[in-house]
Amino acid sequence: MKIKNSSELKNYYENLIIKTSKREKRTIVLSMGTCGIARGASDILNSIKKEVRKRKLHNRVEIRVTGCHGFCEVEPFLIIYPQGIFYCKLQPADVRQILMESIEKNNIIERLLYTDEKGKKIIKETDIPFYKKQMRLLLGSNRFIDPANIDDYIAQGGYQSLSYVLGNMQPEEVIEEIKKSGLRGRGGGGFPTGRKWELCRRAPEFPKYVICNADEGDPGAYMDRGLLEANPHSIIEGMIIGAYAIGSNYGYVYVRNEYPLAIHHLNIALQQARDYGFLGDDIMGKDFYFDIEMVKGGGAFVCGESTALIASIEGKPGEPRAKYIHTVEAGLYGKPTNINNVETWANVPLVIKNGWQRYSKIGTETSKGTKIFSLVGKIKNSGLIEVPMGITLKQIVFDIGGGIANSKRFKAIQTGGPSGGCLPEAHLDLPVDFDSLSEAGSMMGSGGMIVMDEDTCMVDVARYFVNFLKEESCGKCVPCREGLSAMFEILTRITEGNGKHEDMDLLEEISFAMKNGSLCALGTTASNPVFSTLKYFRDEYIAHIEKKRCPAGVCKNLVHYEIMSDACRGCGACLKICPVSAIQGEKKKPHSIDDTKCIRCGECFEVCKFSAVRRK
Amino acid sequence: MREKEYLFNNANKIDEILVKHGMNRSRIVAIMQDIQNEFGYLPEKNLKYISMKLQTPLSQIYSIATFYRAFSLKPRGKHLVTVCLGTACHVRGGARIVESIQKMFDVKPGEKTKDGLLSLETVNCLGACALGPVVVVDGKYHGHITISRLERIVKGILNENKK
Repeated sequence: MKIKNSSELKNYYENLIIKTSKREKRTIVLSMGTCGIARGASDILNSIKKEVRKRKLHNRVEIRVTGCHGFCEVEPFLIIYPQGIFYCKLQPADVRQILMESIEKNNIIERLLYTDEKGKKIIKETDIPFYKKQMRLLLGSNRFIDPANIDDYIAQGGYQSLSYVLGNMQPEEVIEEIKKSGLRGRGGGGFPTGRKWELCRRAPEFPKYVICNADEGDPGAYMDRGLLEANPHSIIEGMIIGAYAIGSNYGYVYVRNEYPLAIHHLNIALQQARDYGFLGDDIMGKDFYFDIEMVKGGGAFVCGESTALIASIEGKPGEPRAKYIHTVEAGLYGKPTNINNVETWANVPLVIKNGWQRYSKIGTETSKGTKIFSLVGKIKNSGLIEVPMGITLKQIVFDIGGGIANSKRFKAIQTGGPSGGCLPEAHLDLPVDFDSLSEAGSMMGSGGMIVMDEDTCMVDVARYFVNFLKEESCGKCVPCREGLSAMFEILTRITEGNGKHEDMDLLEEISFAMKNGSLCALGTTASNPVFSTLKYFRDEYIAHIEKKRCPAGVCKNLVHYEIMSDACRGCGACLKICPVSAIQGEKKKPHSIDDTKCIRCGECFEVCKFSAVRRK
Repeated sequence: MREKEYLFNNANKIDEILVKHGMNRSRIVAIMQDIQNEFGYLPEKNLKYISMKLQTPLSQIYSIATFYRAFSLKPRGKHLVTVCLGTACHVRGGARIVESIQKMFDVKPGEKTKDGLLSLETVNCLGACALGPVVVVDGKYHGHITISRLERIVKGILNENKK
């Protein structure tokens, strides 16, 4: 069935609304993104289906499988509408009780509710502190949308922005609207979206291409996976609007190979959009053709860089090129190409729907709208969060994230992926926007936020990122290829206790050369993790170099485990858990660790109930 | 003449893949992904075959095969353990897990055990950061993994083989 014009869309939308309002069924919403499935959501779904069959509840309950809502920490969870009851950390065995108590009757099962920090039980999802402090303009609709069902998206007002644009606006007006809204690229660069579109539209050559960059490679970041899995149509709608404004007929989505579920959902969504006539010939009755092809990445981090991404779509190794000529003038197959990130595209329908005036009210002077972050690491409430620009890091970490897990102390927050930096406690009051973070020596990047506590070694973190980038450097330009190898060698030396005092200066020198001499952003920003840790955590470097000590107890060569004989009760827990049988001892007598066998995995340290294992 | 040289058991399958992608040279990455999905790695014969069919030098195909991390030129072991080394997993001890597996089963990342039963691989980030550290064993995700629990899981699947 094709929807041919705006009035047909309006009718279709109204019918959907009437249908749902007449329905007396309850709806069980189950969050089944990759993380939910990993936590056992499929088993929950199977139990629900089985129990519904057994209890003949088909007429009373409907099951909706959605993508990730964001609160990954308490998964698997489900919500029962219309009441909005939120049950979390479920086991398949809980399902029977849920159907008996909360569907057949109207009872609430206390033990499955979310418990807040003070021990209070919270019934409704919307009352949970994690959600309450957010502004979920993009993620908020995830719970209403089955990503494999376009009707759910349309019932949320989907494709109406497209309909409005095609019916009422000239391409130049669309660009003007996006420019005025202040929307900036969410992939990390923060380039004004409207200006990029304008440059691409003005480029004289044809055809023009639009690309959605979904090669989310930053480790510790999964915002784009969240959006693609949960609401692929919002991205498709944004791309169609962009293509109309730019004057393009061909689009590509370049998705990471490591996201099988996102690829699956996107494929379904693209087909449904074609079936409904949102992609293809004469979209919404207008003389406008546009279609999107999906391209899978090959697992190369550098392909997130625009010119490398283009090379990869062309079927070449993903090596970046120098950008004397911008991709908006000569990109894919040498033609004008506009690349935006997943989240940027998803913001486009929102800007049109709200109008630039309302949209630009959210955020700070230079950064407008909301931003999705993946808040992970040593934090209590891990998950995807969406907040207005300008919120402080402190609010994110403590109000939304609930502080540090296991009552440890906060040490640093790492933003911006491998190109970003680590910020210490003193910077927690920093507002989160494009410019403030860059000034502090980090960057907003695509939105990964990794929280680190006192057990994280900052030299090790710097070495981790340098190693990551060393592996991912394409090797085309010398500063990046050789610089990263040299930095890795030095950092390894330091973590092994063989560092010299001059090493810190040498690291800074190499950083400088890389910053100025590398071909693409991977190289020019690669030194940020080293630079920022040297700046804010220099004492840790000095401890490694001078005292041959790793204060966090992470660096293997500088750490030893021993059992304090006066505290050891000889319970045998460590002996049993040691994977290399390095622990000996008789029952009820103090045990000991053979240092030559020990691989410093720390399992004995974690398992000991009497704090008899010492790390030094 | 040359064509005959490469006519082998899987030629039909490869032809199917090539046709699916319209024999299009620029879709070579996707073609190689399909081959890898089919065989678990990129067999040399198959690469020579597509090189001939697509009229693309084997050197170019080799450069693509070695550039992208997703491709493997060697067959994998029967079972696959993939350890996530994303930042969130790293700060929660992902590297220690790789090291322990390496020592326990005598296998390096990117290689397989001598008996060919187990391959160990690492991945930059699976985007399941809330579950860190994450390990995928034969396609099944295991969140908040500990070394001892992983040891049990892996020994479990290896023992099943011996039965």
